[in-house]
Amino acid sequence: MTSTRQTSTADTAAVANSSATVLAVDGLCVSVRSESGLATLVSDLSFTLARGETLAIAGESGSGKSITSLAIMGLLPPPAVRVTGGVIRLGDTALTGLPEGQMRSIRGDRIAMIFQEPMTSLNPVLTVGSQLCEAIRAHEPVSRSAAQARALEALRQVRLSQPEQRMGQFPHELSGGMRQRVMIAMALVLRPEVLIADEPTTALDVTVQREVLDLLRDLQRELGTAIILITHDMGVVAEMAERVIIMRQGRMVETGNVRDIFARPSHAYTRALLDAVPRMGAGASRPSAAHSERKVPVARLDDVSVRYDVRAGLMGRVSHRVHAVERVSFDIRPGETFALVGESGCGKSTIAKAMVGLVPHEGMIDIVGHRVTGGRQAGAFRRAVQLVFQDPMAALDARMRVGDLVAEPLVIHGIGNATEQRKRAEELMILVGLSPDQLNRYPHEFSGGQRQRICIARALALQPQLVIADEAVSALDVSVQAQVLALLRDLQKNFGIAILFISHDMAVVENISDRVAVMFLGQIVEMGTREQVFGDPLHPYTRRLIQAVPLPDPDLKRAPIPRLTGEVASPIHRVGFGPERRQLVDTGDGHLVAMGDR
Amino acid sequence: MTDATRQVETAKPDGALRRLLRRKLAVFGLVLIGLVLLGAIFAPWIAPFDPAEQHFDGLTLEGAPLPPGGVYLLGTDLLGRDLFTRILYGAQTSLIIGVAANGLSLIIGTLVGITAGFFRGWIGTVLMRFTDLMMAFPALLLAICLAAIFTPSLWIVAMVIALVNWVQTARVIYTETSSLAERDFIAAERILGASTGRILFRHILPHLVPTIIVWGTLGISTTVLLEATLSFLGVGVQPPTPSWGNIIFENQTYFQAAPWLVFIPGAAVLLLALAFNLVGDALRDVLDPLQRGRD
Repeated sequence: MTSTRQTSTADTAAVANSSATVLAVDGLCVSVRSESGLATLVSDLSFTLARGETLAIAGESGSGKSITSLAIMGLLPPPAVRVTGGVIRLGDTALTGLPEGQMRSIRGDRIAMIFQEPMTSLNPVLTVGSQLCEAIRAHEPVSRSAAQARALEALRQVRLSQPEQRMGQFPHELSGGMRQRVMIAMALVLRPEVLIADEPTTALDVTVQREVLDLLRDLQRELGTAIILITHDMGVVAEMAERVIIMRQGRMVETGNVRDIFARPSHAYTRALLDAVPRMGAGASRPSAAHSERKVPVARLDDVSVRYDVRAGLMGRVSHRVHAVERVSFDIRPGETFALVGESGCGKSTIAKAMVGLVPHEGMIDIVGHRVTGGRQAGAFRRAVQLVFQDPMAALDARMRVGDLVAEPLVIHGIGNATEQRKRAEELMILVGLSPDQLNRYPHEFSGGQRQRICIARALALQPQLVIADEAVSALDVSVQAQVLALLRDLQKNFGIAILFISHDMAVVENISDRVAVMFLGQIVEMGTREQVFGDPLHPYTRRLIQAVPLPDPDLKRAPIPRLTGEVASPIHRVGFGPERRQLVDTGDGHLVAMGDR
Repeated sequence: MTDATRQVETAKPDGALRRLLRRKLAVFGLVLIGLVLLGAIFAPWIAPFDPAEQHFDGLTLEGAPLPPGGVYLLGTDLLGRDLFTRILYGAQTSLIIGVAANGLSLIIGTLVGITAGFFRGWIGTVLMRFTDLMMAFPALLLAICLAAIFTPSLWIVAMVIALVNWVQTARVIYTETSSLAERDFIAAERILGASTGRILFRHILPHLVPTIIVWGTLGISTTVLLEATLSFLGVGVQPPTPSWGNIIFENQTYFQAAPWLVFIPGAAVLLLALAFNLVGDALRDVLDPLQRGRD
């Protein structure tokens, strides 16, 4: 695109040049001052951004991609983190070294940014409308009513339903996807030249992600804004960007046209990164687990419901109930991986909590012949089922040494003496691919993937028959994710553990599971073997989920999926009312689908 | 790369005490506390006079107290008693109040807060409503009532102060416990089948240590001054037994004529509180594994 413009005549070239490159970063270095001297976070990064272009900066955590975006915005956390070299140029203005006062007038007006978590970027005590107006009036001297009109126009532009009502609503009254739309509206209302989107869809459900990405692309086409898209998701890169910069440990590893890089990655790291991305269809090559239908299931759920009371009024009467899980039945056979997929709020994690007795439930949960009740569980049950959480740092007591943490299950159940427990802890560390001499360290001294391994070691200490992995790899980088998934698979093969794999990520589920249940608003809408559910998805929601997964293939740009209009369905119902019960019917060979929805 | 360096650093973990002694400010605080402690214990041998003796030459001819210097090192008070001697003996009282009363109130506050925060339900409601009631009731009035019921002695005063002062600690500990109880690692312990006692004391309590230390060091000066107030109202330590607090209160009306009588015991309270504060701060960092290697 730029090359064609450069070949034009001198006159137009001057015009094109000034309009073609909106942002130029040259030799950018960012360092953080610490006790051990200056540590480099970004070193010698150069790139240019042309008008109307989308440039993706991709990399795993710690690669410096977010620091780069903060450096452009002039938002590096002072005083420790500073730009130590290079120039950032927006049009003719050098942003590096610009005083804060001038930078403030550029921010929002000429460069805007949207963040990963819209809830934390919006002020919870101001209405959507007043926040938008404030953003407009901070940069342009317009009247309140004019600002309001523009705000409304911006909300229409991001295709928010009922924009007039939204103006008066508070951020917590909107869903995650709507909030991110508001953020985008706020970022684009002043028509900035550059929009930096830092993981804009990472916190969103996959179907909502799709809608937001479609929206960003459409708006860019209309407004000609240049976008820097910062992401860890190669699927998002492939769908959105024209050019990509792959970063690793603060350095640019590779850059170029998205199509070229995906087709012929020249750097080993890029290749590894692309290989680690879970792809739909890759699971088919995996031999499915031995058919064990005749065996007694390790876990059996029959008509399980979990409901929370919502109290209201002076007397605290129960007015509504949250139907988090509604009459769910399934069983898990020994040695298989059973996956529960669905978007946030569908009740999949609640099922996990009910299965380990953390939340009370109705109906029957039977795990290795033990009936789960709300109260304290017997020791034998505790040994049979273990849970691995999403965020390993939160799931480990930060004030205990890893050795004590791994040995703790044995201590609690009085298995062996101190030396035997220590020895077992060492064995477990080796089993999950860590070294026994790391036992004296604390959790924060490990990386995210290593911490998840520690959690797995802890879960395995009691030799459970069922491990529940609740979004256990969602918080990890793709390359680490692949390793942890491989570890889980190995452990399953060697010890015959059944895994309940809870995830929102269809691609991961497709790779690891034997059988799949798709959940929507507390109920299972489709259930069957992996081949059945992914090969022949019968329920519209399953199809929607599968279609929404971004594919790491730039040649495969699909048509935008139809948007769900109107309000998001809610699992909250008045007392005495409940959700319409979905009846599952067998369409043959154990493939169950909710009737009536097809 | 960073893993390797970290490994070297933590390969041979030092004891908590040694890491504490590596901090200059902490050592300074420890020395101060040690000095006060020695002064209090050995007061009968160090002090030049009897704390209750009223010296004839301790007052000027007009009957005013003597300023610091001369025979009476820190001057004399309104009754011609040696201030230095009274400060030394007063350290006994103030240390007992500052450490014992404050310690007891911390223990009560922590136990109430942790129980209410962890169990919620009716136990938590009852405990916290009781705490709120105590908070709403004027602390001083309560202390006076309690002190009037029991015959005043040093230990009774300490107990009364503890019974009044635990409320704030309980509130703070309650809030923190209830948020800790919701965290994943506590859920993980429940799933492992850990007993309630184990969860409370092995997993929740260590996370509360920083808060407890902060409240403990803050409590030293407030308890010492609360004791002074009680003494002033006649329900605290009975005269002529000196305490830092009652020295301040006895002499405050003559503040303009004899400022040293307020300044010197005031400085003693301040230094003691500061000393505990420095040690407390250092202790909090040393006990926190996340702060390792930032000494």
